[in-house]
Amino acid sequence: MAGLSFDLIALQLFTGLALGAIYVLFAIGLSLIFGMLTVVNFAHGAFYMVGAYVGLFLLSLGGNFWLCLVAVPLIVGTIGLVVERFLIRPLYGRGIDYPLLLTFGLSYVMVELIRIAFGKSGYPFDTPEILQGAVNIGVGYFPLYRLFVIGIAAAVLLGLWLFLERTSFGLIIRAGARDPQIVRVLGVNVSRVWLFVFGIGSGIAGLAGLLAAPLQGVIPEMGATILAEAFVVTVVGGMGSIGGAVIAGLLVGVVVSMTSLFAPEMAKVSIFALMAIVLLIRPQGFFGRAGLMS
Amino acid sequence: MAKKTTGSNSISRRRLLTTASAGAVLAASPFRINLLQAQESTIKVGFPVPLTGPYGTEAQDQVRAAEVAIAEFNEGGGLNGRKAELLVRDDKLNPGEAATRTLELIEKEKVNFIVGSLSASVQLAVNNVTKERGIIYNSISQSDEINEAKDFSKYTFHEALTPHLTAGAVGRYAFPKFGKKVAFLTADYAYGHEMVRGFQEAGKAFGVESLIDVRHPLGTTDFSTLLPRIQALKPDILVISNFGRDQQIALKQATDFGMKKSMKIVAPILLYTGRLAAGAQAFEGVIGGTSYYWGIEDKLASAKAFNDRFRKMHGGKVPSDYGALGYAGVKALLMGAKAAGSLDTDKVIAAVEALKYDYYKGPEYYRKCDHQAVQSVLIIESKSTPQKGDADVFNVIATEEPNEKNLRTCEALGHKS
Amino acid sequence: MNELSQTMTQPAVPSAGWFDFAKRHRAILASIFVLVFPLVMPFTALAVNILIYGLYAVGFNLLFGYLGLLSFGHAALFGTGAYLCGIAIVHLGWPWYAAIVMGILGGAVMAAGIGALAIRTRGIYFAMVTMALSQCVFYLFYQAVDWTGGENGLRGVNVRTIDIFGLKLDFINPLTRYYVVAAFVILALFVLSRILASPFGAVIEAVRENEARARASGYDVTRTRLITFILSGAFCGLAGALMALHLSIVPIEILHIETSGMVVMMSLLGGMGTFFGPFVGAAVFLLLENLVSIWTVHWQLIVGAVFVICVLFFPAGIWGTILKRINK
Repeated sequence: MAGLSFDLIALQLFTGLALGAIYVLFAIGLSLIFGMLTVVNFAHGAFYMVGAYVGLFLLSLGGNFWLCLVAVPLIVGTIGLVVERFLIRPLYGRGIDYPLLLTFGLSYVMVELIRIAFGKSGYPFDTPEILQGAVNIGVGYFPLYRLFVIGIAAAVLLGLWLFLERTSFGLIIRAGARDPQIVRVLGVNVSRVWLFVFGIGSGIAGLAGLLAAPLQGVIPEMGATILAEAFVVTVVGGMGSIGGAVIAGLLVGVVVSMTSLFAPEMAKVSIFALMAIVLLIRPQGFFGRAGLMS
Repeated sequence: MAKKTTGSNSISRRRLLTTASAGAVLAASPFRINLLQAQESTIKVGFPVPLTGPYGTEAQDQVRAAEVAIAEFNEGGGLNGRKAELLVRDDKLNPGEAATRTLELIEKEKVNFIVGSLSASVQLAVNNVTKERGIIYNSISQSDEINEAKDFSKYTFHEALTPHLTAGAVGRYAFPKFGKKVAFLTADYAYGHEMVRGFQEAGKAFGVESLIDVRHPLGTTDFSTLLPRIQALKPDILVISNFGRDQQIALKQATDFGMKKSMKIVAPILLYTGRLAAGAQAFEGVIGGTSYYWGIEDKLASAKAFNDRFRKMHGGKVPSDYGALGYAGVKALLMGAKAAGSLDTDKVIAAVEALKYDYYKGPEYYRKCDHQAVQSVLIIESKSTPQKGDADVFNVIATEEPNEKNLRTCEALGHKS
Repeated sequence: MNELSQTMTQPAVPSAGWFDFAKRHRAILASIFVLVFPLVMPFTALAVNILIYGLYAVGFNLLFGYLGLLSFGHAALFGTGAYLCGIAIVHLGWPWYAAIVMGILGGAVMAAGIGALAIRTRGIYFAMVTMALSQCVFYLFYQAVDWTGGENGLRGVNVRTIDIFGLKLDFINPLTRYYVVAAFVILALFVLSRILASPFGAVIEAVRENEARARASGYDVTRTRLITFILSGAFCGLAGALMALHLSIVPIEILHIETSGMVVMMSLLGGMGTFFGPFVGAAVFLLLENLVSIWTVHWQLIVGAVFVICVLFFPAGIWGTILKRINK
């Protein structure tokens, strides 16, 4: 094997961060939705995929990538609102598995609808011109677009943090995550809060899909694998914890990236091994609520 | 005992109605008990292909091309007047589903032959089922393993190319032209391994130095973790051995990483549909192989005849590379039956073994020990600006003529001579 | 007066005489059904698939319907059973019955392994952990190319004749194959019904109904869960082994997430928590898939939509809803 220089390792680390950024955006929505609604959204991957396709569609109508960055989360978020209001809300109180099962079936439907509308083979997604090419980050050339992805993810995280910490709606969300009953007793319309949380979570997933599109193109099946990997992220980080999702997402991205350097065949297995270790030592994840596990 | 005056009458009427309607539904449904024997007069060719899934487009093209073969056979009088029919099934690119479909075709439809499919694992699955039941199967997708003694049987035929042949042909073209230091980016499954093996075998004659073989799992969407290592080694040639979407993404990301500036990118196969899907930018400057490209009709009469027939039957479209294999796979078996004058399995096998044919791409024949179709390999490169319409995406820059020496030897495959 | 009061006090005749008749002659009807089934199906191989997936779903339902643990990784158990049976035949040259035993053991041992890790989690977490661990199993089997054939799957699970008590059965014959598989499935169902009727079966129900109370009553809840998981693994492993023999191959896709999702769908469609529900679900799922595929390539849309409708409006599943109507 060729010598592994410090430069190469550093470059690989950066690549891991870029990979992790996508995981983080995807996992945040998942964690938010679980933390607030106690719903495991098995359609989260489908929302991710729809985001990529909506972006593709808008571009074909003549829009530009920047427009998509704003429009896609809004559109996918709206779809999320509709789904929560009409498909998931009727299931609250029926048992913890039902929303999970529903979103699972929903993902089949969404994937197939996209297949009908856009075909089975998928499409390439060109990197926006301004963001093409590579920059010298000191240790080597790194694709500009991937730096952009890291930047956008950081911006979204910042925006989300400000929203949760500094606005009253964010306060309600945080309180609701800790104790839904009290929040309801205090007179807050919890249903409306949950509606918006689902919408926000789905919207961010759609954004993640859009950002991932120039990296891998779009196919109807693109949401399936990332969902399984996102489950690892949420287990490791702790369900319901945003901070956990961030740290675990980046960690998973870096683990995959570094394992690819030394043993590419084991790259995918490595994250499940990571999850298994976490489960053995600390089943609630780094930042999860211990109460969930008993 | 007290009687319910209205009760029992309404129950019995209801009972009658429900049973009658149930009977009617049963009779009308496809679940009718099959008491009638299937008609014996048509020659049935089973055609399991992945109509759903990522290769649906290629599969549909295979169906279209197979239909051309059936039409030509029937118009030519068939087998002593007996016509052929194509029974298309969706194997969903899933070996388990393919095995089920094959069982249905054999056990219920009583097919005479089976031709298909579009993935290495699926064809091996179909082959396992057909050989256990003595049905002739002509495989129309790449595989090194189907020719090996372990999977092979006298009922197995292989119209498509093998990775060894394809990779070897491309290597024999590229290595003398572009350099000796070669890096490999390979999909970590049979297809990838077989391609790399083919390249390395061919490379021995040119003193090729294999710098590195980076493996990636099937379905990788992010090569960014792998490409920097390759770049650091400064190869002359980067051989990317993967298929379909993996290939499209890998080429795209290699382009993004600016690798085309410092090395030549070579792939064993460039898919017609892949090129249309991924666009010109990703495929720019990439060289690869293929079994068929419609553009050779300028030089080859049989290609022109096939293309024209295809155009006539399918609204002016031209056949793709894998599509054309659907045509050849079906036609070879039907022509064998015609030559044998019967559908007796052993007689047909002998007739197909003896076939020397040029259906669409030049002279071909099946090698005796492993029923591999010995044929040419086209070396192509992507055209950035199509001139003859949207389908004009490749230039054929070289042709490796059919030669048994380019295949793996019968002994290497495990066949006793 | 007398007649009238007798009419009033007479319990109502069950809503349809057919169901009463069916209940009383359950075993005979079920046997006739099993015998006639392959003739009524579009083709025999589909009937065998229904039996096999039905058993798979029944095994899954033991954990989901009866114990209340939703696993999204049962493909690992089904697949391990299939692969171990296949490997026993292809690489070890064992006879068919030994291979089937291997399949059952394989499913059970894999369940023990996954269970040991997953049992620590609960509820929704359990679903995610089982899914992720099952992915791990997939990658491991995928890499072990020399044993499993890797991406190309394991070929050569060829059993031509079943030698049983001196009787030679032609396993290639579709109907014979069906009846052999049916025999195993019926035997498995019988064993399962005995387990459920046993004291252990009562403990399973107790844990599902109220875990804290079960624990307070002195039952080891964790051990119960693990044992149920292992039993579930054994049944799913048997189903996998039968699949390997039926198709004569073991495709790597058997370990995919979709195979885990499929059994969840089947159980729900049919009715979890009922004995035959998963079987009905498997039949409906496979038939829908087969039929709808004839009309449209978009069968997943129909199946997905039906599933969503069931979750929303028919949570008891098809068979569960039928049973409720009968027992009204």
